[in-house]
Amino acid sequence: MLGLLLAPALLWLLALIILPHVDLALLSFRERIAPREFQTSFAQYRTFFSESIYWQIFVRTAVMSAIATLLTLLLAFPVAWTIAKLARGRASSLLFVVCLIPFWVSETVRTLGWMILLRESGVLPGLLVKLGITAVPVEMLYHDATILVGLVYTSLLFMVVPLVGSLESLDNALIEAAYNLGGNGWSVLRKIVIPHAAPGITAGCIVVFMLTLGNYLTPNLLGGKSSQWFTEQIYNQFIVRFNWEQGAAFGFLLLVLSTSMVWVGLRLSGQRFGEVMRRS
Amino acid sequence: MSTPDLEARAVVKRFASHTAVNQLSFTVERGSFFSILGPSGCGKTTLLRMIAGFIAPDDGDILIGGRSMAGIAPNRRPVNMVFQQLALFPMMTVGENVAFGLARRGVARAERQRKSESMLERVGLSGAAHKKVDELSGGQRQRVAIARSLVLEPTLLLLDEPLGALDLKLREHMKIELKQLQAAFGTTFVYITHDQSEALVLSDHVGVMNKGRFEQLGTPQELYYSPATPFVAGFVGANNKIVGHAVRAHAGMVDLATDSGWQLSARAIGSVAANDPVEAFVRPEAASLARQPGELPPGQPAYRGEVESLLFDGANSAVLLRESATKLEFRIALPQTGRFADLRVGETIHFSFDPERAACFTIRGDASA
Repeated sequence: MLGLLLAPALLWLLALIILPHVDLALLSFRERIAPREFQTSFAQYRTFFSESIYWQIFVRTAVMSAIATLLTLLLAFPVAWTIAKLARGRASSLLFVVCLIPFWVSETVRTLGWMILLRESGVLPGLLVKLGITAVPVEMLYHDATILVGLVYTSLLFMVVPLVGSLESLDNALIEAAYNLGGNGWSVLRKIVIPHAAPGITAGCIVVFMLTLGNYLTPNLLGGKSSQWFTEQIYNQFIVRFNWEQGAAFGFLLLVLSTSMVWVGLRLSGQRFGEVMRRS
Repeated sequence: MSTPDLEARAVVKRFASHTAVNQLSFTVERGSFFSILGPSGCGKTTLLRMIAGFIAPDDGDILIGGRSMAGIAPNRRPVNMVFQQLALFPMMTVGENVAFGLARRGVARAERQRKSESMLERVGLSGAAHKKVDELSGGQRQRVAIARSLVLEPTLLLLDEPLGALDLKLREHMKIELKQLQAAFGTTFVYITHDQSEALVLSDHVGVMNKGRFEQLGTPQELYYSPATPFVAGFVGANNKIVGHAVRAHAGMVDLATDSGWQLSARAIGSVAANDPVEAFVRPEAASLARQPGELPPGQPAYRGEVESLLFDGANSAVLLRESATKLEFRIALPQTGRFADLRVGETIHFSFDPERAACFTIRGDASA
């Protein structure tokens, strides 16, 4: 009976996740030595480390993703605090819906919206000229900051949701008790609120970091050629250079490296994955 | 006379639809155990939160140790609070909980540890410093909450019904422990509760609160033996309430009759005039039982009743009977001698009480609660 109930999920997992990954894994350990002739080797993985451009792009992607995650956390925390602790009843649900509404539109359309705002002939540069702040329209696309803005905007909801959950479960009496014992805003945040919300913060950071690291659309549209995002490299290997073996190896490297970075993050913050996923 | 540790001067707090605390003034002497007793919704929690500084009074002033607390934030008041659900920090150990306030004051780590350990020892929890909060029993948590506050040596310790969440047995035990802790530390305790037994057992003085005001402020004995208002008579301790009208008032005594015709006498509290609607209160232990009318104390008006039910509760056992003529319910405590252990439901029995020990009040328009 249990097997029957789980069958759709298991089938989904097997057909769409496990089988393609097994195939990609086999693909990534293959090297073409002559037309239609292949042999097993680690050549694809060696390329990643020997060609510095590849691992440099990966490091850049990881650092940018980490910055985007941190910015998202800083921006989402006051929002989540307002929804969970300050707003009451209807106002609280209304604020939540306001956070949710942008996500009813597809990511492509939202990103194109940013392009309309930021491109040289767009709304914002035009406004700056009109206000006399700049003499000529400034190109605001294709900067790292633009990429970060887009990534933070796309990720905000995925940080707000777990944060609201973990902040709502914080008993207000604990905050009052901390004040009563002489705490101030900063020490209450540091000693009471953050330790309590840690699983929610960790869960939000994991989700946002993974989504950002694996994002293709936003860095490419907002960053253009200078985005230098690792997913773009994978796309190029598969689609542009038709080098499936190399693309598969990059895909696996992205999976393994991002997983190990999350693992290191969990260890450093003293959190356990199971606990984080259960509490948020 | 030294300055009182706590003084309220005409404190008022209004919420949208009602006045939670209405022109309240009182003082609490240094080192005393003061309780605020009242039913839920009487404004006692609002009052406590104003003393702690979580809400500001709309009018009036609160002085702690002689200093006005107007505009002083809760973290700057010489007041600590034991919360209803204790509000221990689950993310910290017991020792860190106790040291939390000291750390906020910038006390050095070694000193913090020494102080919190000696405080834990004083409340009988030596060696528990490294334990997690959820490893402790209910009573132990209670002591941690008190230790966490007292380690800061506050002028005033506020307690917000801290025994409410405990089971009966532990509650009885903690009552005694609280009283002993208060005596040992000598800190002024302000305790709010809806449980009259807690207030009577623990306190030096009790303010009985109703609808935002104190109905009466006095020692537990005064509240019990000379209630000033019908509300206090009905709320503090068990009482038989008899509603009727005054037939005759003379020399501080009232003869009253119920609508069903039961006639009795009681001591008048406040002004009672003939034909006033009145209510009289008789304590269950103020009445005597007898199988023969001759065995009743001489000089007291005697009545007859049928036993309706027996309420066995060890030392607090009582009998519920109905007065024979009017069928009015009346509760009488059973004597500890066991003389009436063989009492049966339906039996007719004689009873009487000393009118001097019964209190009679005129019912005024708003005092019917």
